[in-house]
Amino acid sequence: MNLNLVILIPLIPLLVFLVLGLFYKKIKPAVSGYMGVLGLLFSTGLALYTAYRYFIVIGKTEGVYQTIVEKTVWMNFTDSLRIDMGILLDPIAVMMLIVVSVISLMVHIYSRGYMKGDPGYTKYFAFLSLFTFSMYGLVLATNLFQIYIFWELVGVSSYLLIGYYYTKESAVAAAKKAFVVTRFADLGFLIGILIIGYYTGTYDFETLNNPEGNSILNWAATSFMGLSALTWALILIFIGGAGKSAMFPLHIWLPDAMEGPTPVSALIHAATMVVAGVYLVARLFPMYYFIEDGFALNIVAFIGAFTALFAAVIAITQTDIKRVLAFSTMSQLGYMMLALGVSGYDGHDGLGFMSSMFHLFTHAMFKALLFLCAGSVIHAIHSNFLEDMGGLRKYMPITNITFLIAALAIAGVPPLAGFWSKDEILVAAFEHSLFLYVIGLFVAGLTAFYIFRIYFGIFWGKEGNYKEKPHESPGSMTAPLLILALLSIFGGFIPFSEFISPDKAGFETHLNLPLAAVAVFAGLLGIVLSWIFYKKESELADKFAKRFGSFYTWAYHKFYFDELYLFVTKRILFNGIARGAAKFDKKYVDGTMVGIGNQTVNTSEKIKGIQSGKVQDYAFAFIAGAVVLAIICIYLWLN
Amino acid sequence: MIPGVSIYEILTVTSILFFIGVYGFITRTNLISILISVELILNASVVNFVIINKYLFPEALQGVYFSIFIIAVAAAETALAVSIIINLYRQISSVEVKEIETMKY
Repeated sequence: MNLNLVILIPLIPLLVFLVLGLFYKKIKPAVSGYMGVLGLLFSTGLALYTAYRYFIVIGKTEGVYQTIVEKTVWMNFTDSLRIDMGILLDPIAVMMLIVVSVISLMVHIYSRGYMKGDPGYTKYFAFLSLFTFSMYGLVLATNLFQIYIFWELVGVSSYLLIGYYYTKESAVAAAKKAFVVTRFADLGFLIGILIIGYYTGTYDFETLNNPEGNSILNWAATSFMGLSALTWALILIFIGGAGKSAMFPLHIWLPDAMEGPTPVSALIHAATMVVAGVYLVARLFPMYYFIEDGFALNIVAFIGAFTALFAAVIAITQTDIKRVLAFSTMSQLGYMMLALGVSGYDGHDGLGFMSSMFHLFTHAMFKALLFLCAGSVIHAIHSNFLEDMGGLRKYMPITNITFLIAALAIAGVPPLAGFWSKDEILVAAFEHSLFLYVIGLFVAGLTAFYIFRIYFGIFWGKEGNYKEKPHESPGSMTAPLLILALLSIFGGFIPFSEFISPDKAGFETHLNLPLAAVAVFAGLLGIVLSWIFYKKESELADKFAKRFGSFYTWAYHKFYFDELYLFVTKRILFNGIARGAAKFDKKYVDGTMVGIGNQTVNTSEKIKGIQSGKVQDYAFAFIAGAVVLAIICIYLWLN
Repeated sequence: MIPGVSIYEILTVTSILFFIGVYGFITRTNLISILISVELILNASVVNFVIINKYLFPEALQGVYFSIFIIAVAAAETALAVSIIINLYRQISSVEVKEIETMKY
């Protein structure tokens, strides 16, 4: 396969970024928008062509999809331990290429309408291109260090885009929060990488992931605090992934990240960057599965399940529609982690792995669609809050229908995309552990409930007090909505298990009818409940909220996690430790230095009278000294 | 070599000359007098060079060369010093050392 074309996929957005970034004052807004879209169009075309070549034309060799790698040495430490730069194609990388390309293209097109008239229009497109480039690099990375480099690059572009409205104080705070929290998590990632490099002597994915390779077979050779050192490394790497994917307890940055422009939320904080953590675990899946009998993988499963539940509960109580969607994203990411965590390796056992990737794919489509619809609504009425909305279905028919499709998809109603992937996840969880299955099922019901709560709140119910009549968004915004809606409808019919499985061989899946029926029932129950509660203006919802009392308040305040973190950082770290350290530094460390300086000045002040300025005095001192020296010499010589 | 005069006598004379110069250098307050004292010191050393060369190493000539060299340097130094003194006199109308101690610190 000719990889020269593949390498163009990330390079085109990089080129666009450089051109827009360097000449951003000279380029007209209209031109920069077209440049961004055109560049992405090329990349998307190449990505689809690559997928076609990889899956259809080349296909399987001896029943297995081959991993195609091309790399050059970038840094050499020892013969085996080195950092390469290159591109790696395997089924999940190719799948991610399509996801990133399609969503990024849609968001680029959409942004041309959404950001119209914004003073930083060109800058915005430059940042979008930078992000797309970094995400491509992350997906195509051949080794842990390369993925880490691009991992940080997506973090930076996320920071830039969250803080895009940099005159708004809350946006700046949110950008800093996102960067600091994910960076903190990345520390774990980096330590994990170093441990792996030390014990296995390689960073290369192919070598690391080989089930018959040294790094996997010899995991028991090292131990640290009761576990294999490699298990610790994998847990640390998962912490990095959890930071990017907003897993509990590193989730606090994602809701605040909604301060960025809405298309950015759709691209970065729903579809692509936040799934980087899932992708990372999937990338190292053989290591997670084989080392210490999947100890680290179990942690992944339970953190995922807990986050799914936790975020879904919070999502029910929020009134900012973007925040509801943010918590929904967290919940769905938890689903993906859960699916990875319950997965096996060979053949049909790899259902969890495959369903996780499947859900990643479908979720990217319908969650991006939900965000773009929300953006369309916000564009029309200039408010994020549910209280200001209502009855919009008459004014915004296209947004209404596409939002409904996405909501049905995320609620798991057949035959939409979300149904197929979520069903596979539940089957995988059921085969692994009943407990996790029940959590998953409950979350499926909650998901349907909260998504229809905002659907009814936006498009039905009492009309809000609109200053001017809301209108449907322009064609550049509705076209991506329609395309994504189509993908949300038909995306589920792709035979994913043929293409993607942990052992890369592919397998057949069949619909597990009883389990599917239960899942659909849970989803429908959620929809019906929210229909009763929210379709018409009613007291019922408030009554229930009161019934739950303190629990509702807790959930509304996101279980006070922000406050807890603030307490730990502000009170304990800043006020307690940092202030004390600063005082010590000022008083003792600085004090010593300043004291030495002052003492020198005082002393010289006292003895400067010796310098009389008279040449004779100096000459006398000099000659006296010479005479004394001469006397000493003579005295010594005589003895 | 001067017949009937030993090196000790000549060295005694130059030492006296040298210390007269030093004494003058320390006690005089007039810049011109100081300059003259410096000349005395230099000349004492020049005589020393020549005498030691003649008495101890009669076959060598380095001492004589050095004395010529010192005379040349002394001439240049005197020219420089006198020009500085003239400039000073133009500035403050005085050649007394105690008038020019403002640059002490």
